[in-house]
Amino acid sequence: MIADRADRSLHDRLTRGASAVAYTLSIGFTVVILVTLLCVVGYLFTLGFSSLSLGFFTHLPTGAAQGDVGGMKHAVLGTLILIALASIVGIPLGLLTGIYLSEYDTGSKLATPIRFICDVLAGVPSIVVGILGYELLVRPLGHYNGYAGALALAFIMIPIVARTTEEMLRLVPGNYREASIGLGATKAETILQVIMPAATGSLVTGIMLAIARVAGETAPLLFTALGSRLLSTDPNEPMPSLTVQIFTYATGPSPDQQKLAWAGILVLIGLIFVLNLAIRFAASRRVGSKR
Amino acid sequence: MTTATLPDLAPSPMPAPAALPQADAAPRPALIEAKNVSVFYGAFEAIKSVSLDVSTNEVVAFIGPSGCGKSTFLRSINRINDMVRGCRVTGELKIGGQDIYASGVDLVTLRRQVGMVFQKPNPFPTSIYANVTYGPRLQGVKKRQELDAIVEDCLRKAAIWDEAKDRLHTSALGMSGGQQQRLCIARALATRPSVLLMDEPCSALDPIATAKIEDLIVGLKKLVTIIVVTHNMHQAARVSDRTAFFYLGKLIEYDETSTMFTNPNQKQTEEYITGRFG
Repeated sequence: MIADRADRSLHDRLTRGASAVAYTLSIGFTVVILVTLLCVVGYLFTLGFSSLSLGFFTHLPTGAAQGDVGGMKHAVLGTLILIALASIVGIPLGLLTGIYLSEYDTGSKLATPIRFICDVLAGVPSIVVGILGYELLVRPLGHYNGYAGALALAFIMIPIVARTTEEMLRLVPGNYREASIGLGATKAETILQVIMPAATGSLVTGIMLAIARVAGETAPLLFTALGSRLLSTDPNEPMPSLTVQIFTYATGPSPDQQKLAWAGILVLIGLIFVLNLAIRFAASRRVGSKR
Repeated sequence: MTTATLPDLAPSPMPAPAALPQADAAPRPALIEAKNVSVFYGAFEAIKSVSLDVSTNEVVAFIGPSGCGKSTFLRSINRINDMVRGCRVTGELKIGGQDIYASGVDLVTLRRQVGMVFQKPNPFPTSIYANVTYGPRLQGVKKRQELDAIVEDCLRKAAIWDEAKDRLHTSALGMSGGQQQRLCIARALATRPSVLLMDEPCSALDPIATAKIEDLIVGLKKLVTIIVVTHNMHQAARVSDRTAFFYLGKLIEYDETSTMFTNPNQKQTEEYITGRFG
């Protein structure tokens, strides 16, 4: 009896010890990650905020390497245009692919290769996508252009949106599908009116991930949209973008331009943040109005 | 009950209510006729040549141990089993004289006529109102007034109007399990079905909620023909007019419920009902 109890208490103590260790470790690593994140953000703010001014959004580059280097109005606008064009192409294609994989893959042999290709595409280095864009859309046209940049970004978005859409739709309980079909809904009606609304929140997350990812891409744009110091709203021309502009300034010799690059990074992060909130707000309102 | 006074449901070929008690043994017109129906999942024969018929406005209970195929058979009556990959049905299954497995059958129409209530309450994660109007909206009903009327009518028929009327536009998921299940019944009624299939509708509910659903089944039989799959023998005895006992994919016995529970023909039926196996 007594030995038994001693045994048990030893076992208890070991278990409790292991549990405490695991608990401490997980807290510890969380703190490490948070501190790292705070460092990055803090560093960004200290460096970026000081060179951020209203002029950043209202002025174009002056061309001067020192003193008043101007703003990045053109790049902010260019990035927004590129993201919008990329989203127009990439989001619907990604969503449709995801819907196909999740809802229409009834024993077809097509789904497995599609899924595999998506996974491979999601892992392709973005510079490769840039070169593809260059070969397919820049060389034949004879000049760098915004469309090529947007399509290159869309190409990166599609697999991300497709795979998250598939995963999220699969999480919608099967009994919603049965209920809807049982009420005389067609498959399309079921998907549009029950499954997608039930998954809206997570679909939006997937879309946001894709947008955030391409908003920060530089490599695919270097070979396609090229970048520009001028204000351009015509996607048939070379398009400036925040990332490329940041890259140019940050790798250049001018300290003043380097400072502006820091401000650019801050603005880029802010832009993604605002986009995220805006899309979430829009999505929640649309779903809300249906009720 | 308000059910009796409310407008009639689907254009079901309802015989003049000859409110006669059980005594009339004259066969009522069969609404559902199954002849040698077999259901396969791939190579596995889940239902083996079952023949039975169900009359208009009666309640039929399917009983049998788990895996006996009663749910499978139920789910082939509105062809929702079509969603299951590799599922195949042979034989003849007629509803209102029409073979529902004939080519060219419109599944949308079929499923409106043959409503279904599932084991686990499965309201959509939308409002109570949107749940009930889902079916009618698909059929193209758009006018607010019409929809309002349908919602009230169906919720009353499902005996949940009083609990739901003040919260029609709140989430259906905020209701209790029993309320959700009654909402699902209301939702199914909204497409004006002539048959209602219920797949163990009470197995996830507590006794009080169960009693309410059972009352509902008995009340609703004036409006629709009901087939209910149940594991609960007492439930079958309480709500059904006829009972079918399935075992290992075969229909062992099908008879008046009173006969089944007092004087079954087959030894297996008796053993199952008295709790000796299953």
